Amino acid sequence: MSEFLFEYLPILIFIFIALALAVGMTLLSFVVGDSQPDQEKLSAYECGFEAFDDARGRFDVRFYLVAILFIIFDLEVAFLFPWAVTLGKIGLFGFWSMMIFLTVLTIGFIYEWKKGALEWE
Amino acid sequence: MVLYSLTFYLFSSVAVLSALMVISAKNPVHSVLFLILSFVNASGLFVLLGAEFLAMILVVVYVGAVAVLFLFVVMMLDINFVKLREGFLQYLPFGALLGIVLVIELGILFLTDRSSNIYNNQTPLQPIVNEVENTKMIGQILYTEYFYLFQICGIILLVAMIGSITLTLRDKGGVKRQNIDSQNTVDASTAIEKKKVKIGEGI
Repeated sequence: MSEFLFEYLPILIFIFIALALAVGMTLLSFVVGDSQPDQEKLSAYECGFEAFDDARGRFDVRFYLVAILFIIFDLEVAFLFPWAVTLGKIGLFGFWSMMIFLTVLTIGFIYEWKKGALEWE
Repeated sequence: MVLYSLTFYLFSSVAVLSALMVISAKNPVHSVLFLILSFVNASGLFVLLGAEFLAMILVVVYVGAVAVLFLFVVMMLDINFVKLREGFLQYLPFGALLGIVLVIELGILFLTDRSSNIYNNQTPLQPIVNEVENTKMIGQILYTEYFYLFQICGIILLVAMIGSITLTLRDKGGVKRQNIDSQNTVDASTAIEKKKVKIGEGI
């Protein structure tokens, strides 16, 4: 158990380094840098406009379609990980079972390709 | 072991705090970002439990795809978020009731004697710790022993794919697409048309 966790120790150290870097840089620039706040510095200036409208508006549903298709292929990849790790042990049957799985998904991929779901006008 | 408990408390406290921020942040985009932080910490907790496959899937699927979809939905939907918050007090009793039920269930789980649980005096539930990592353990049975379930997974994904396309794809008329093949095969016989024009008349 602990041996298994020790394999993850570099990642933990990495997290701490990243945290220390992020916090340290923010704090240092906050402490060391000059700060002269001014209302004008926050305003749109010269060629900029005041905001006309809220940034939120209705977007094309295609964005969601792309995201949903991405999730589906992401799940497919999630099935591939354990298969790739144990390919030597599960034999030909395991190999072909994954090939059938991939064929089913490839049918879906061809369908969406033909339908033009991946194209942007 | 000190390191183990320290990391556990780090991950769990950040997870709980960010989950709190998810429901209390004013800006919904911020709450989705806190949700991602909560997912990442949960995957750290899974690693501590020895469930590395779950941790990996949580990062790949939830952080990588589901959270992005949430972000899309939150950023792009035309919702008045101030109006959404108005019903907060109205739904508070119901939400509190659900919360209390959950807390009671958790309390019952913690307080009952583990040795006399519903599994007829079996050994208490523990993660199976072998030399084999659990990604390998899953891989050894998923594709052979659970062949049919695995194929059903594939078909469910296919149905989801086709369903999302038929629900959202609308063919807008009058869209001109570039067809490189037909552009390259154009020659004089198809591109140019000769016509005799009589004097004093147009075509």
